[in-house]
This record gives sequence, structure tokens and C-alpha cells, in this order.
Amino acid sequence: MSILVNKNTRVVVQGITGKEGSFHATQCKAYGTKVVAGVTPGKAGQEVEGIPVFNTVRDAVKKEQCDTSLIFVPPPFCADAILEAADAGVKLIICITEGIPVNDMVRVKRALSGRDVRLIGPNCPGVITVDEAKIGIMPGFIHKKGVVGVVSRSGTLTYEAVHQLSTLGLGETTCVGIGGDPVNGTGFVDVLPLFEKDPETHAIVMIGEIGGDAEEKAAEFIKKHVKKPVVSFIAGITAPPGRRMGHAGAIISGGKGTATEKMKALETAGVTVVKNPAEIGNAVKKALGR
Amino acid sequence: MNVHEFQAKSLFAQFGVPVPRGKEITSPEAATAWADELNTPVFVVKAQIHAGGRGKAGGVKITKDKSAVAGFAKELIGKTLVTHQTGPKGRTVHRLLMEEGANIAKELYLSILVDRDSGWPIFIASTEGGMEIEEVAAHTPEKIIKEPIDPAVGFQGYNGRNIAFALGLQNLEPAVMGPFTKMLGNLYRLFMEKNCALVEINPLIITKEKTVVALDGKVSFDDNGLFKHEDVQKMRDLNEEEPLEIEATANNLNYVKLDGNIGCMVNGAGLAMATMDVIKLAGSEPANFLDVGGGATKETVAAGFRILLKDPNVKGIFINIFGGIVRCERIAHGVIEAAKEVKINVPLVVRLQGTNAEEGRKLLADSGLKLEVANDLWEAAQKIVRLTGKAA
Repeated sequence: MSILVNKNTRVVVQGITGKEGSFHATQCKAYGTKVVAGVTPGKAGQEVEGIPVFNTVRDAVKKEQCDTSLIFVPPPFCADAILEAADAGVKLIICITEGIPVNDMVRVKRALSGRDVRLIGPNCPGVITVDEAKIGIMPGFIHKKGVVGVVSRSGTLTYEAVHQLSTLGLGETTCVGIGGDPVNGTGFVDVLPLFEKDPETHAIVMIGEIGGDAEEKAAEFIKKHVKKPVVSFIAGITAPPGRRMGHAGAIISGGKGTATEKMKALETAGVTVVKNPAEIGNAVKKALGR
Repeated sequence: MNVHEFQAKSLFAQFGVPVPRGKEITSPEAATAWADELNTPVFVVKAQIHAGGRGKAGGVKITKDKSAVAGFAKELIGKTLVTHQTGPKGRTVHRLLMEEGANIAKELYLSILVDRDSGWPIFIASTEGGMEIEEVAAHTPEKIIKEPIDPAVGFQGYNGRNIAFALGLQNLEPAVMGPFTKMLGNLYRLFMEKNCALVEINPLIITKEKTVVALDGKVSFDDNGLFKHEDVQKMRDLNEEEPLEIEATANNLNYVKLDGNIGCMVNGAGLAMATMDVIKLAGSEPANFLDVGGGATKETVAAGFRILLKDPNVKGIFINIFGGIVRCERIAHGVIEAAKEVKINVPLVVRLQGTNAEEGRKLLADSGLKLEVANDLWEAAQKIVRLTGKAA
């Protein structure tokens, strides 16, 4: 068991003939992921490392029965690409692209609501189920099969946490990057129940950052519905208000979204909050009584 | 990206949101000339800086005397205004907005932004115009009116009626009900079409002549949407930005200047923030946020060094790289090459982890460069803090 993706997941890569798309499609395939199709309009008939390219997602789904899409399409065309995947019947859309206008995402999120499709991201590293499927840009080798589910708004900070979990011998089940944009497809509260239900996941690491109230919402959810131990780190306690810290969503505005508030909410919900990111792994070890 | 009030108001006018007659002024002569043309009983001269609280800081002048405007312009242009939003250094005034005065009957608050939780645009309105909205929300939350707009269909008449009746406009001034809801629709159109992050009118006034007018205006844009709007890009005022941040943007780096003295260079926004936090935890303060992006190269590292070293506060540099797809030995080469190009006269700690980290660390150790190598985040942070001395 695992969540969201596994060894049977059939992936189509949108934007596969681009520099990023071709590199990462190849890496994902090398990890063992079933990357069965790619899409670049006008390039049907080509191949990328043996992966057939189609003009439309509809064609790719029809020929290769893809159920998941991985998107590397540039920001100006990305909303279109997400909607195309949804329309073609793909059930899980993982969007890596950084820099999509917020108002584009407002329309996309509205269009997807109520439909049987899940969007992860945008502006995220993707999803990996260890030793089964890597659908994203994370370095596969730092992961070790184990018992911890990881959900995070950040990329390299997630790798940092994963590295600690692997080094300590705890390992991971699935790692989900939900992305650093203010409007995204999947939040902490969508992923937490999946980990809570997954029998292989024994503990959860949740990595948040300043901006918005996703961590506060997660705290409420954890308090009511999560029995497994949760360890959390919130980045940005030293970030000044009103400044965007890299990620479009990482901004303290109107005095809301500070790291301190989020930590307090999580602690109240019984979450182990670490102030030092170098201590994430050890805190999980302790929470699991190992 | 933020713009000035006069720019916000020109956009309002373009989208059918009523504003006072006004013009951007950059000299006393221009002020006199525009005053003649404006020919109004009351003249308002407003300093244009990207910060609130201008009135309290002496940046807004009101006069009935046409001959006084040149003197106000002379006084304000070149003046440094310190408000609660500028920080102690303040901001220099380079331009003014000069406009006609208004007969205020009632002040309201109005803004539109994207609600992150629902992902829908949302209007926020209040009868407490002219006040800081955060204060109103904290002390009298019942006076905050929220109206989400369904992005599938856009602004509808009922959205306008919901807001207007909740504000009590039917009692305040029934004549403005129609123009007010029409203006809301226009603001929504501006917000969506121009990829705004925030449009705020505080105060929005009802005049004694029974009209609604945006007396102030603040617009900020979603940086990710700027590529769609050449007209908006032209509104950027580099005077309002930190020079080092401008240089960073030109090099595709994400840099935010802070007040501490440990410069940090990190790959990835989340890890960059976490690195700042860990510096503080180790007993010092970060000088900046700097994300060199997923693919750190020799060029980006060199540009990063140059920017960090231009900040006179920087007493030490901490490079924290988690090599994922980017291999650490290539980053080590980048650091070595860049360090040769840029003379580094402060302590340097490099922490490498991830792909080929061992090899990268060895390269750095053997390079002959004066630097400390670390493999653990906490160990590295303690090292750089020890080398630079704790913050006072």
C-alpha cells in the first residue's frame, strides 16, 4: 500500500520534448515509473527515450490508458495543459511548472471542482512512492522504503527531511509536494487523511511555511481525525512581513500567516513541532518510540 | 509588484472606477501649471511612495490657495518620508499626485484579493473607511463584510447587492446604490484582467454630491502575471526597490535583503527560509534570503557572491546546497571558480548534501580556498555563527 501513486500508475508527460520534460521523463522511467506516453502538440510520432509522443492528451489516454499526468509545460500555457489533462479523463494531474499566474489557477481550480480528478501542485517537486513510482523532479536515490509519509509545501527542504529519515533508517512510504503557490490543487488536509488510512504509514512529516492558513487548517484536521504521530517544521520564522520569500505563496500579509501562529496551532493539535530543521528525523524517531 | 497611487488611479479610470481629477507632478512649475488647469476650490498634493501612512508622516498637503501648491511641491520632492511601513530609513519622494479635493459625506473601505483557502476572488468591504483594515478585523470583526465571487461566472448583480445592503448604503445614500454596484463589477474586471494580487480603496467615499469616488488607491500585481501586461511592466519604479534586489532579479536570483550579518546562499525557497531560521537558532541573524534555484551553476553562485559581498553588513557567508538533480561536485567546482573570480574577504562555510556530496566536499577541502566544509545543517550553522561572532 501507499498513497496516490504506485507501480501500476500509468503516466503521460505533458511537455515531454522540452529540456526539463525530456530529462525528468527519462529519470522517472529509470526509477521504474511506468512513463507510457508524452504529449507535445505537433510532435506525434516522435519518441523520447522510447516513450511515444502524441499531439493531445486525449490521444495518449486512448492509446496508452494513462491515468496520471506529469506537467512541465511553461507558465503561459500551463492552465490550458491542466484543463486538457482533466478533460481527457486523467485522474491525477501533477504539475511541476513554477510561475503560473494566480488568476489562471483560480479559473483552473474552479473548473476542476466537483470533478473526479486531483491536481497536485503547481510549483511542486511531485509525488514519489518509494521503490514503486517517482512522478516528479525529486532525486530518487535519497529515498528509502519505510514507514513515514511526507507532505510538504517546499522542494529542497523536503529532500533535507527525507535525507534525515533515510539516514536514520526510518524511510518513507510516499512523499507529496503540494507546492509553494497561493492557489494549488491539493492541500495538507487532502493528503493527511490518505496517510492516516494507509496501513504502511506509521508517522507523518508535515513541512509548512509562512503565508496563508493551510497549516492552521491542517492543525484543526489533525486534532479531530489523525491518530498517527505527526512531526512538523514551519519555515520562515525569521521572514519579514510583506515580503515574498521565493515561493509566490510564502508571504506574511496583513499580519496573518506567520510561522509562530502556525507552530502554535499545530502544537495545540498535539503535533511535535521542531524549530530546528536538522531535527526533523530525530523527532520522528522519538515519536515512533525507536 | 507594487505601483504608485497615481498609477492605480489611472487604471481605475481606465476601468470605469471614478477617481478625482489628478495628475502626476515632478516639479513645482508643473504643480502651478496643473493647478491652473485643475481650477478647483481645494487642491490636494500627495507624496507618491510605495508605503502607507503618508498622511501622518506629512506627505499629504491640502490647500485652498492655488499659489501654495508650488511651495508644497518644492517641500515634498526630495524629502524622505518615514512611515510605519517604510522602516526607519524611510523613502525619498520623487513624484507627487496633485488632484482636486472632495466633499466627503462618508468613508468606506473596499478591497479585492484571492482567498487562498477557497481559491476564489473575494471582496472585503467595511463601513470603517480610512482605518487600517487589520485593526478593524481585530477589534470589530462584525464590521468586515466578505463577498466571494465565483470565478466560473464572474461578478453578478447579487454580489453587488449583498455588499451594498450589508454596508447599509440604502440608508446612507440610496442614490449611490446603482453606481456603487456598477463600480464593483468594474473593479472585479480590473482585478482579473490585469492579474492583480490586491486592489484596495481606502477610503472609498460617498460625496456630498451623491457620487462614489476612490479617494485613495493601492494596486499590487501578481509577478507571475506580469508577462501578459506590457503597460503594467512600464509602471515599475526602480526608485522604490532595493538596488541589490534589482541586481539579483537581473541575474534570475531570488533575493530579499534583511538586517543581520550572515549572508546565505541556498538552493530552493523553503530550504533558504529554513537556513535563515537555523542561523537565528544558532545565535545570529541572517543578512538575506537568497534562493539560487534548483540548478545552481558557477554563474549563479558567482552572481550570488557578488550580491552578498556588496552588503556591508555581511560578516560571513553560509552556502547551503542540497544537491538533488544537480550534482554536488559540480556545485563545488562552481564555488571554487566563483571564489577565484570574486575576492572573498569574510569567513565562508559550505555545506553540501545529496548527490555526490562526499566528492564535492573533498574538492572544496583540497581547493586551497579559505573555507570550512560541513555536511550537517546544524553543524554548519554553528560553524558560521562561531566564525562571525554572535549578533550583538
